[in-house]
Amino acid sequence: MKVYAIAINTFKEVIRDKIFYSLVFFAMLLLGSSVLLSTLTLGERSKIIEDLSLSSIEIFGVIISIFVGIGLVNKELEKKTIYIIISKPIKRWQFLLGKYLGLSLVLLSYISVMTVCYMLALYMYTNKLPWQTLMAVLLIYVELLVVTASAVLFSTFSTPTLSASYALALYVIGHMTEDLRGLAAKTGQAGVKAVLKFVYYFLPNLEDFNIKARTVHAIPVPAEYILMSVSYGLMYVMAILALSVLVFQRRNFK
Amino acid sequence: MIRTEGLKMEFRVGFFRKRVVALKGLTMEVKRGEVFGFLGPNGAGKTTTLKILMGLVHPTGGAAWLMSRPISDSSVKKNIGFLPEQPYFYDYLTAAEFMDLSGRLFGMRKKEREARAGELLDMVGLSGVKNLQLRKFSKGMQQRIGIAQALINDPELVVLDEPMSGLDPVGRKQVRDIILGLKDGGKTIFFSTHILPDVEVICDRVGILVRGELRAMGTVDELLSGTQVKSVEMTFAGVSGEEFSRLERMSSGMVTRGNETTAAFGDQEAARAAKRLVFESGGEIISLIPHKSSLEDLFMEEVGKGRK
Repeated sequence: MKVYAIAINTFKEVIRDKIFYSLVFFAMLLLGSSVLLSTLTLGERSKIIEDLSLSSIEIFGVIISIFVGIGLVNKELEKKTIYIIISKPIKRWQFLLGKYLGLSLVLLSYISVMTVCYMLALYMYTNKLPWQTLMAVLLIYVELLVVTASAVLFSTFSTPTLSASYALALYVIGHMTEDLRGLAAKTGQAGVKAVLKFVYYFLPNLEDFNIKARTVHAIPVPAEYILMSVSYGLMYVMAILALSVLVFQRRNFK
Repeated sequence: MIRTEGLKMEFRVGFFRKRVVALKGLTMEVKRGEVFGFLGPNGAGKTTTLKILMGLVHPTGGAAWLMSRPISDSSVKKNIGFLPEQPYFYDYLTAAEFMDLSGRLFGMRKKEREARAGELLDMVGLSGVKNLQLRKFSKGMQQRIGIAQALINDPELVVLDEPMSGLDPVGRKQVRDIILGLKDGGKTIFFSTHILPDVEVICDRVGILVRGELRAMGTVDELLSGTQVKSVEMTFAGVSGEEFSRLERMSSGMVTRGNETTAAFGDQEAARAAKRLVFESGGEIISLIPHKSSLEDLFMEEVGKGRK
């Protein structure tokens, strides 16, 4: 109930913010341009639209996750609205979870609207509906949930600018963890190997959520893979949120 | 209602983690049903104390209880209303939505929330603008919605941080009336302020905090008892010549405006002698006002002590 109240309030907060709309606007613009670009290609038009659209949904989703995510807690501290909330009978973990769920709800709306637009555009121009790409969209959403959780974690102890840099770094490195493992296998130095291995196991493997190319080219993705990836993502989210609560619990609101 | 024992708070600030002591072992008590004014200059530690009580910061030493329960017990907040200093609210919410959110955080049911919110918005005179976003509210309106949200749960204890700062005289009177109304309703009110005239009017007891230390605590009368008449101010007319010069020598200062002259005398003895002189010389006394020490003098004295 209290978590729900905070979540709905966070949803309203983001939805009534102009920044959110400008991001959605640019995402739409990119989606539209994919249709335009596809006319220049000799190959299959639908693949270009699918590829570009899925990528733009992901990229703008990540931007929203990080830049709105780091503000969730920081804005409350900066504007001191948190005083009003924490002085009421609500536990800090309820507050943090509510904020997180609120943004997850925003991302869900964003991704739904974008997907509908993308499918419509595709249907209008190619008369096809590539249902298998919806699986890619699902995993993009799970990836966004992981990125948002990490943005929330960083913002519980750091400044907005630093939190954004950390979250962005996590996103980039998260997509390269396979390379890190490869590097670890090749390096001869034990110390470097240990560090690389630690980073590989500790950071989320975001490439796991990337099945865009496979779905666009209609390569089948087993249901178990999707299920595993979703579970992996959700477990990672829970772990990060638990850590965030631990940090947030000890925090003084000056 | 509120009890603190040896409450200590230290902050580390800046790059070199310099130690700043905000509270040096505060021990005090606020009793049920009283209006307690917590006074002190800026930076005395008033807000820190309130934040500790509300669970916003963790004290580095000592202990505190709200309604006989330790402050770490968050269930006690069910019976408390809090208005922070210079409150900021979710400015994208309307007044009604904000009241609804506050009610939800107390786990109130929809009907109860709506009824209570309507009642409170009426009380603070904002029911006409309940569908306006808070970003369009003036400072006085913000303060009033702040008080309204603090009362949504019909709390037994109301804690207000600087409820009158930044308000115009009309706004201050409104807030004062609300506080007095709450007192009549049997609530306990603990508020911090540095607006002293209001304190004398509405507080049962006051505590004066200076640089993290409680310097004085008691009723206003108790604190001011034992203070003597400090000076007497006399306004007169119709005295001239030699008598006027004598009066000037007796007084500690004199101002003449038109026919009237106002003179200040250090004690009642000097004032009596001056009064006789005015009568004897055929003059007329327009007013005679003895000045006792006020809370402000006491406050200034306590603040000054630390500086020496």
